[in-house]
Amino acid sequence: MTTRDPKRIAGLAVAAIVVGFLVVKAAGDLRQFVVVTLNGATLAALYFVVASGFTLIFGLMRVVNMAHGSLYLLGGYLALELQEAWFEDDTGLGLSLSGTSETEYGLAGWLIPLLVATLLIGLLGVAIQQVFLRWNQGQDLRQALITIALSVIIGDQMLARYGGISQDIATPASWPTSVLLPGDVRFGFFRGAIVLGSALLIGLALWLIIKRTRFGKIVRAGVDDRDMVSALGINVNLVFAGAFFLGAMLAGFGGVLGGTMLSLAPGQDTAFLLNSLIVVIIGGMGSLGGAAIGAIALGLVDAYADVYLTFGGTDLTNYSIIVTFALLVGVLAVRPLGLFGRPA
Amino acid sequence: MNPTVSTGRLAWPVLAVVVLLAALAPLIVEDFFLNVILTKALWLGVAAASLIFLAAYGGMVSLAQVGLYGVAGMTYANLVLADGGSAAAWNPWLALIGALVVATLVGLGFGWIAARSEGIYFLMITLAFSVLVFYFFSQVTTLSGFGGVNNVQLPGLLGSPEEDPLPRYFVTLVVAVGVFLLLSGLSRTAFGLGLQGVRDEPARMRALGFDVTLHRTLAFGIAAFIAGVAGVLSVWYNRRITPGSINLAQTIDILIIAVIGGLYRLEGAWVGALAYALIDNYSREWVPEVGSVLGPARFNTLIGVVFLVIVLLSPGGIVGIWDGVRASLRERRPSIRGGGASVEGT
Repeated sequence: MTTRDPKRIAGLAVAAIVVGFLVVKAAGDLRQFVVVTLNGATLAALYFVVASGFTLIFGLMRVVNMAHGSLYLLGGYLALELQEAWFEDDTGLGLSLSGTSETEYGLAGWLIPLLVATLLIGLLGVAIQQVFLRWNQGQDLRQALITIALSVIIGDQMLARYGGISQDIATPASWPTSVLLPGDVRFGFFRGAIVLGSALLIGLALWLIIKRTRFGKIVRAGVDDRDMVSALGINVNLVFAGAFFLGAMLAGFGGVLGGTMLSLAPGQDTAFLLNSLIVVIIGGMGSLGGAAIGAIALGLVDAYADVYLTFGGTDLTNYSIIVTFALLVGVLAVRPLGLFGRPA
Repeated sequence: MNPTVSTGRLAWPVLAVVVLLAALAPLIVEDFFLNVILTKALWLGVAAASLIFLAAYGGMVSLAQVGLYGVAGMTYANLVLADGGSAAAWNPWLALIGALVVATLVGLGFGWIAARSEGIYFLMITLAFSVLVFYFFSQVTTLSGFGGVNNVQLPGLLGSPEEDPLPRYFVTLVVAVGVFLLLSGLSRTAFGLGLQGVRDEPARMRALGFDVTLHRTLAFGIAAFIAGVAGVLSVWYNRRITPGSINLAQTIDILIIAVIGGLYRLEGAWVGALAYALIDNYSREWVPEVGSVLGPARFNTLIGVVFLVIVLLSPGGIVGIWDGVRASLRERRPSIRGGGASVEGT
């Protein structure tokens, strides 16, 4: 392992430079730094919710669900449609095209679409798994191609149904837009409390499911040795369907969060497929902890690179995507299987 | 998927007939067909061939090819005289060389990172690369202009395709045939055979003293060069390049072309590209309008369904179907003599 030491030193040196750079920037404007960091953390929370579903499905079944981004976007659109159809009080039902930001929704007007859309996406995931993927188990390339085909079809159908205009899901009127944090920092309530909170809850719940339940035990065993698990008489098909249900639900749930926090538009499916890919490539495929670390790394890098890539007078924030790329390449150069990845 | 890669000798007579037909095509078809179907299919085929080369001989299904062809196309468009992008005004031939060099170098870099992973990991990493290239050009408007780089200057050899599409068609044809001969010739060299060894038995090849990662990286560099050729051809064809023309949809389109044609046969690239161009252009006329679900505007749904059906039914694509038909014909003869031997059609 002698070849690893120079790499480790190089990695530490890069980390030190990045931290030093951030300290200098933070010293310049501390309040801005706090806001940017919080932005990064909430982005990371959203990335984690979506990518944990992706990594769960991959870890157990070795299925790379290329339609994960489409499930994310569809979840958001479904919630939006339900919100407008069920909770729009006045007579604006016929005109769903106009961005009805005037309408006020109660708490149920956000929560019920969230739950229904999440459930529907979970069921769609199970349908995809049972109809298209079940009988191709083990042929990972073919399964990836099938989900790519599905993502093309779903993406085009969404464009036909929901159009190309950017829309977003309304938050309940009772929620404040922003809250004042100590140190005179204003931050969005939805981003800070709801997205961050639900990501933490989901992370905890997933951890408990994986560590404490029978289903989790089977999933963990399945990650290590699928053939042995099925040889032990466990109904693998049922477990696979369950994992796909859970994984797709996470994508749908993330879509509703993202549709409220950011926006819903064609192209967001690509963006979140890419985010999920990067998160799990960095963290290591199939590892929940890896997804958390990867999401934090990607979220913070995105947030910092969007703001701090200015050197004196030259503004390089246009090139922020290169920093994301460098993060990906840097991790892969040192650990080809990601930070927590294990050989299949 | 079952990789049944042909390493046999080139079917020269077949190739000669196809090229002759393609060369005579301008006498038969209209200019519109020549441009929109044949020329387009030829350069799309070159892009798909770079993917199929890696998949068939290297066992690496790369989705970075569109990213790489975008790099080449953007480099070319920036180096020559054009509206948008950088102000450089190189000679088109010099710009061509520059674009191919840049694409190959970027490809070697991508390959160095991706080549150490295998199978589905490789697919995901290369997909991430391709999408990152798209986002890079979307963000950096100094390189991609605000509405893409337009009115890109062509080499004098191509004349002005709006008036006479013939020169561009023949140049594209010659390049496509050259790419086909280069790649199929390469597969029979020591390097190509080594690559196939790496594909099938990386551990044994390593034990034999092959540098597996280097071999993969070099193959990726070669494929990047071919993808770069396709990128420049695409700019010559469209006379413009936008970030939107190298996005995930285009990445998937090239993959679809390769899979429709046949992921494990080089000639499948052009078969798939021709099928794609035909569907792209003529489906609008015969596809029925079914609410908002299907119709002339829903081309992506149609091509997605075609792709899905091909993946589900014939992993070898159209070329695979043809091979299957030939194989079952060949099997039928002895089975008649033997009597009772069943013929399995797939």
